[in-house]
Amino acid sequence: MQASRQQPRTLKHQLWVAFLVVPPLAFMSLFVVYPILSAFAYAFYDWQGLARGEFVGIKNFKEVLFGVTMAPVVWNAFLHNVYALVALMIIQNGGGFLLAWLLYKEPFGFRFHRVAVFVPVVLSTIIVGFLWKLFLNPNFGIVNQALYSLGLDFLAKPWLGDSSTALGALILANAWHFVGFPTLVYLAGMQRIPPEIIEAARLDGTNEWQLLKNVVWPLVAPSTTILFTLLFIGAFNWFEIPYVMVGLDGSPFGTTDVLGLVFYRTAFGNQSASIQNFGLGSALATLLFLFIVVFASMLTLWLRRREIQF
Amino acid sequence: MRLTRRILMGAAAGSFLLSGTAAMAQTELTFWSWRQEDKAFYTDVIKKFQAKEPGITVKFETYAPENYQTILSTALAAGRGPDVIQVRAYGNLETIATPGYLLALDKQNVPELANFPETALAAETLRSDGKVYAVPFATQAQLVVYNKKIFKDNGVNPPKTWDEMMALTQALKAKNVTPFGNGTATAWQNETIVGGLLSSMLGKDFEADIISGKANFTDPRFVSALAKLKDISQYFSPNFTGVDYPSSQQLFVAGRAAMFAGGSYEVANFKNQNPTLDLGVFPAPVLKAGDQALIATYYDGGYAVNAKSEKKDAALKFVRFLATPEYGTSFTNTLKNLSPIKDIKIEDPITQDVAKLADNSMSYLMLVRFRYQEPSGSVLLQSNVQKMLAGQQTPEQAAAEINKGIATYYKPFQK
Repeated sequence: MQASRQQPRTLKHQLWVAFLVVPPLAFMSLFVVYPILSAFAYAFYDWQGLARGEFVGIKNFKEVLFGVTMAPVVWNAFLHNVYALVALMIIQNGGGFLLAWLLYKEPFGFRFHRVAVFVPVVLSTIIVGFLWKLFLNPNFGIVNQALYSLGLDFLAKPWLGDSSTALGALILANAWHFVGFPTLVYLAGMQRIPPEIIEAARLDGTNEWQLLKNVVWPLVAPSTTILFTLLFIGAFNWFEIPYVMVGLDGSPFGTTDVLGLVFYRTAFGNQSASIQNFGLGSALATLLFLFIVVFASMLTLWLRRREIQF
Repeated sequence: MRLTRRILMGAAAGSFLLSGTAAMAQTELTFWSWRQEDKAFYTDVIKKFQAKEPGITVKFETYAPENYQTILSTALAAGRGPDVIQVRAYGNLETIATPGYLLALDKQNVPELANFPETALAAETLRSDGKVYAVPFATQAQLVVYNKKIFKDNGVNPPKTWDEMMALTQALKAKNVTPFGNGTATAWQNETIVGGLLSSMLGKDFEADIISGKANFTDPRFVSALAKLKDISQYFSPNFTGVDYPSSQQLFVAGRAAMFAGGSYEVANFKNQNPTLDLGVFPAPVLKAGDQALIATYYDGGYAVNAKSEKKDAALKFVRFLATPEYGTSFTNTLKNLSPIKDIKIEDPITQDVAKLADNSMSYLMLVRFRYQEPSGSVLLQSNVQKMLAGQQTPEQAAAEINKGIATYYKPFQK
C-alpha cells in the first residue's frame, strides 16, 4: 500500500487500476449479480418445470411464508438453521477461541497441532460428510463400536436415524470440519495483541479467566466480527453436510431439514419423492438472500462498534 | 493478417466439405439418458439399429441421475436438448411434457404403441391432453426379494399369509438370522417397504376406492396395514432407523439378512455385487388365505422425441425400434429388468416370476397417483411411515397426516 500511495495518479496508473478492477467486476456481475436478479424476477412467475408461465405477482412469496403446504416446512427448516447457528456459535467459534488460546501459549508440539487443527478444513465437505456418516453408522460405525468396547452400550444409538440426535450429529460433524478456521483466525488475532499488554495484565495479578475475559476477548474483537458474520451466513446457507449425511429430505421425518435442502428440493425436485417448482424455489432463495443480507449487515455493524483500536 | 484470412478460408472450406459429406451420408441423432451403467447395452442396441437404418447414427450421452432432470430441463428451456430423450414417468414427465418440449406419439407416428399395455402408456401420458409422450421402457415392482440359501438352511418357505410371515421372521430371528436387511434412514426406502410388504393387504379394491373417493387414507384397511408394518419392523436390520439404503443393501448382499422388501430392480443389482447369491421373489403376504397376492407396479420412464428436433423422422424411427418386441426381449434379458412390451421372451427365471406377478398387481400408489402436486403422496408416506416406525406416532396418526396432506388438493377427498 505504501508504494502505490507514492505513485503519481497518471493515466497509466488509472488504466492499470481499471485493468485490475474491471474483469472481476464483470465476472461478479455476470455470475453473481445477474443470477441473483434473475432469481428475483423468476420468483414472480408460475413455472412448468423450467418453462416460464404467467406472471403471478407475490403469490410464490405468500406461499413460501404463509402457505398451508410450504410454510410449515420452511419455518421448521428455519428453526433448525437457528439451532445450528446458536450451537455452532458456541461449539465451533467458542471451541476455536479456546483452541487458539491453547496454541497461543505454545505448549509442547504446538507447531504440529497448529497444522493438525486446520487439516479438516482443507478436506472436501463431501468427504467429511461421508466419513462422519460411516463413523455414525449404528451397526459398524466407530462411534457405537467405541461405546460398546467401553461398556457404555446404553449410550449407543442410531445417531442419524434418531430424531433427538440427528441434527446434533450434523452440527458436531460440521464443527469438527471447520473448527480449524476460527482457531486460525483467533490465533492470528491473539498474536496481533502487543505482548506488553498481556504481560502488564499478568503483573497486575489477573488469573487466566480474567485475562481471557477482560483482555484477550475484547482485543480480538475484529476476528470475532468476521467469524460471527461468516458463521451467520454459513449457518443459513447450510447445505452440504446435511445433504451428504441425511439426504434431501432432512431425514428422519424432517428433523434435520434446513432451508438449503428445502430450496434444493423445491427448485430442482427430489427424484424419489416430489416434483420441482421453480417459482417457489426462487421465491425462497430470494427471501433467504434478503434475510441474510439484512441481518448480516446489522450484525457486522453491531460487532464493529465493539472493536477497540490499539 | 493475410495469414489469418487464409486460415479462416481454409477452415470454412474444410468444414463445408465435411458437413456436406456428413449430411449426404448420415443423420446423427443425440440420445440422452441417466443410465451410465447400461452404456454397453445401449451401444449394442444402437449398432443393431444402424444395421437396419444405415443412414442414421445415434450418439448416446449420459448424465448423473440426480442431476439429469435439471440438466435436461435447462437444455430444453434453452431450445436445445437431444433428439431422443430418456424421460421419467408420471409427475416428472409432466414437468417436461406440459411446456410442449416433447412430440406427442400416436398410433400413426409410432404404430408400435400397440405393443404396450394400457397402464404402461398411462405412465407416459399427460393428464391434461390425454396424449402419450414416450415409449415406456421398464416395468418395476415392489415385492420381497429373498435369499433361497438362507431359507433352505433354516428350513423355511416363502410365506403366503401375514401370519406365516410373522412366524417365519420369528423362526429366523430365533436362529440369529436377521430376517430383513431393510432400514428406514433413507426416506424413500419407507415407500418401497410399504409397496413390498403391504400391497396384498391394501388390495386393488382399496386403490379403486381411493380413486373414486369412496375411501381415503384413514380407511381401516390402510391403518391396519400400517399397524402390521410397525409390528414386523422389529425384524428389520438392527438399529434400522439409522440404517440407510446402501447399508441395508450391503447387509443383504453379504448374505447376513434373509429378505429385502423393495424393488424388482434390486435383484440385478444384488447379483452384480455378489454373483453367488441364489435369489427368489414373492409378493406381499395376504391377510387371510385365499386373498389375492399382489405386487405394486409402476413404470420407470420412457423414450421420447424432442418436439424441437430437426431430425424428427430419424428420431421417430429410432423410438419405434425401441418399442419392438425384439428390443424388449434384449432389454429384459441383458439388463434383467422387465420390459413392458408384450410378447417378449424372458430367459431369467426371476424376471419371469416378476412378469407373472406383474399380471396381477396394484399400482405403486403414491408414485402413480399422487406425485403430481405438493405435498406429494410420496413425501407424506415416506416421512410419516418413517416417523411411525421410529415410534414417534401411531399408525392412526400417520394415516391421518397422510390423508390431511393429500386432501389439500385431491378433490375426491374434499367431498
